[in-house]
Amino acid sequence: MGDWRAFPDPSGHFGRFGGRFVPEALMAALDQLTEAYDQARVDPAFTGELDDLLATYAGRPTPLTDARRLTEHVGGARILLKREDLAHTGSHKINNVLGQCLLTKRMGKTRVIAETGAGQHGVATATACALLGLDCVVYMGEEDTRRQALNVARMRLLGAEVVPVTSGSRTLKDAINEALRDWVATVDDTHYCIGSVMGPHPFPMLVRDFQRIIGVEARAQVLERTGRLPDAVVACVGGGSNAMGIFHPFIPDAEVALIGCEAGGDGVATGRHAAAIAGGSAGVLHGMRTYLLQDDFGQTQVSHSISAGLDYPGIGPEHALLHETGRASYRVVDDAAAMAALALVARTEGILVAIESAHAFAGALDVARELGPEKTVVVNCSGRGDKDVDTAARWFGLLDADADAGDRAHG
Amino acid sequence: MLIGYLPAGFPTVDGAIAAMRAMVAAGVDVVEVGLPYSDPTMDGPVIQDAADTALRGGVTTADVLRTVEAVAETGAPTLVMTYWNPVDRYGPARFAADLAAAGGAGTITPDLPPEEAGPWLAAAAEHGLDPVFLVAPSSSDERLRGVADICRGFVYAASLMGVTGARAEVGNAAAGLVGRVRAVSDLPVAVGLGVSTAAQAARVASFADGVIVGSALVRVLLDARRRGAAESVALADIGTLAAELAAGVRGAVPASAATSPA
Repeated sequence: MGDWRAFPDPSGHFGRFGGRFVPEALMAALDQLTEAYDQARVDPAFTGELDDLLATYAGRPTPLTDARRLTEHVGGARILLKREDLAHTGSHKINNVLGQCLLTKRMGKTRVIAETGAGQHGVATATACALLGLDCVVYMGEEDTRRQALNVARMRLLGAEVVPVTSGSRTLKDAINEALRDWVATVDDTHYCIGSVMGPHPFPMLVRDFQRIIGVEARAQVLERTGRLPDAVVACVGGGSNAMGIFHPFIPDAEVALIGCEAGGDGVATGRHAAAIAGGSAGVLHGMRTYLLQDDFGQTQVSHSISAGLDYPGIGPEHALLHETGRASYRVVDDAAAMAALALVARTEGILVAIESAHAFAGALDVARELGPEKTVVVNCSGRGDKDVDTAARWFGLLDADADAGDRAHG
Repeated sequence: MLIGYLPAGFPTVDGAIAAMRAMVAAGVDVVEVGLPYSDPTMDGPVIQDAADTALRGGVTTADVLRTVEAVAETGAPTLVMTYWNPVDRYGPARFAADLAAAGGAGTITPDLPPEEAGPWLAAAAEHGLDPVFLVAPSSSDERLRGVADICRGFVYAASLMGVTGARAEVGNAAAGLVGRVRAVSDLPVAVGLGVSTAAQAARVASFADGVIVGSALVRVLLDARRRGAAESVALADIGTLAAELAAGVRGAVPASAATSPA
């Protein structure tokens, strides 16, 4: 594939994916953002301020944890965890929002809008806006405001306005639609802080670059810990920002397998899933050409996942390219497998991971068995599971009040 | 020139056809047939609502083409207004062939920028269709020229920065934008977004070649549906508004006459 740093090309394409499919009204803002980022990325004042915030505010570098009991339990490859759950706000999302909110100030804008599914990106954006003195509005599907009520309260505590979105399927994709509608009318003073490696150029590149720190750290940490590169790196993929962040620095290392785990919901065969690569096709959504769930008429299909953060019918365009070129491979992890992994990791490692990240663990357990002992697999533990306790408690029937409900008792 | 928009399939495929034909009978010169889409990021609540109803009613791309055929029979130039993915999925070449066969005049594609338009321009040219693209108040002169260069038929000037829907005032930005387009293109310029009354239509017609009205017409159908009104009533209402708008457009005093210092 040549030089991976060459993607995207100057027009924002990753091979045949990516690009800019947006109303003309947004083109000037995308050009402005591209230009501001091109200057900022090589400006020591910008990179220095971001590095300082990442170190002294976000808590970087995050550690690499040897998952000894999990490794022993699986009986396969050594499992190492990249602990993004220990970053401020509880997930990798803080890496991207600090970068984008600093860019917002650099462009002289005073207001930030964001979409959120599980609430992790919304919380991170509200946090960065509080820190940097920016107005913040977060669009969240009404369905998700119910699934993640605590995160709604967190965002409001941080001073953000949370707008429940009642159009369409009332989930993440509709929150993105509503944020785009806001942005087209407010673009003079407002930055749209997209939370994943998706959307029109330059967002997939911008977010990837801000998340690359995960892989840069992990690569150095694994080398120091084991004396060599890992055999596989595993991450969950919704839009795909934590995966792109940890994959990207490993792309030139051909011997390292890169494995993304899509959300399989009730199973791809049921049609109730969020696996854009396994169960979708190429098309255009939210400003980018990529794989997405769509019907024969090009209408977006509603995705399904127990994880609000992976419940999205598309995937970042660079993942689409990595899939087509074979440099990364993508597996499907359904709800049940993810929840089983969540429970196993909690009991063996004392880490309650986000349901999103539990998809990566479920995939990594299989990968570790396939690789066998003597090999090493790095799992991106992208977020912590505090926000998911309610969902998990219902799934496993852990609440006394639920004892008679029984509808989702799988424990 | 008055350009009227309604989505195909709302309230039903045949109901939409009847409404579009009523619109033409009342004085609409050009019809935009909307292709309902699941993620209409450029549309406000009124068009979202109608498109959503149409999709839940099962409207398909074939229904949209049937609608074009029935409206084009009136003799009014008929374009399809569509987000890109439904055409991408249908296949640009196949869509162009089928649209031309249905008597369609062209397309308006709000989320297809010139940079991504290559396949569609080729397909449209092969079938004699007019591809219409949008310019916005935020467009640089360079982009304005780039968009105008690939437009055929007319250039669609978005009157304001925002989504579709009625506005109390149609911004002064529109007149300035029309002037900027005229400086780089000989094509007619039509202004859309926000126009809902005869007075606004008259004002816009004073500086633009075409006035595009969408949400205000859709709202008439939504209101009729909400009231449980008979189809004949809804059609009469559409005709009344279209006639008012047409009178506004045709009664317009040219801006040059109104402002020239004698």
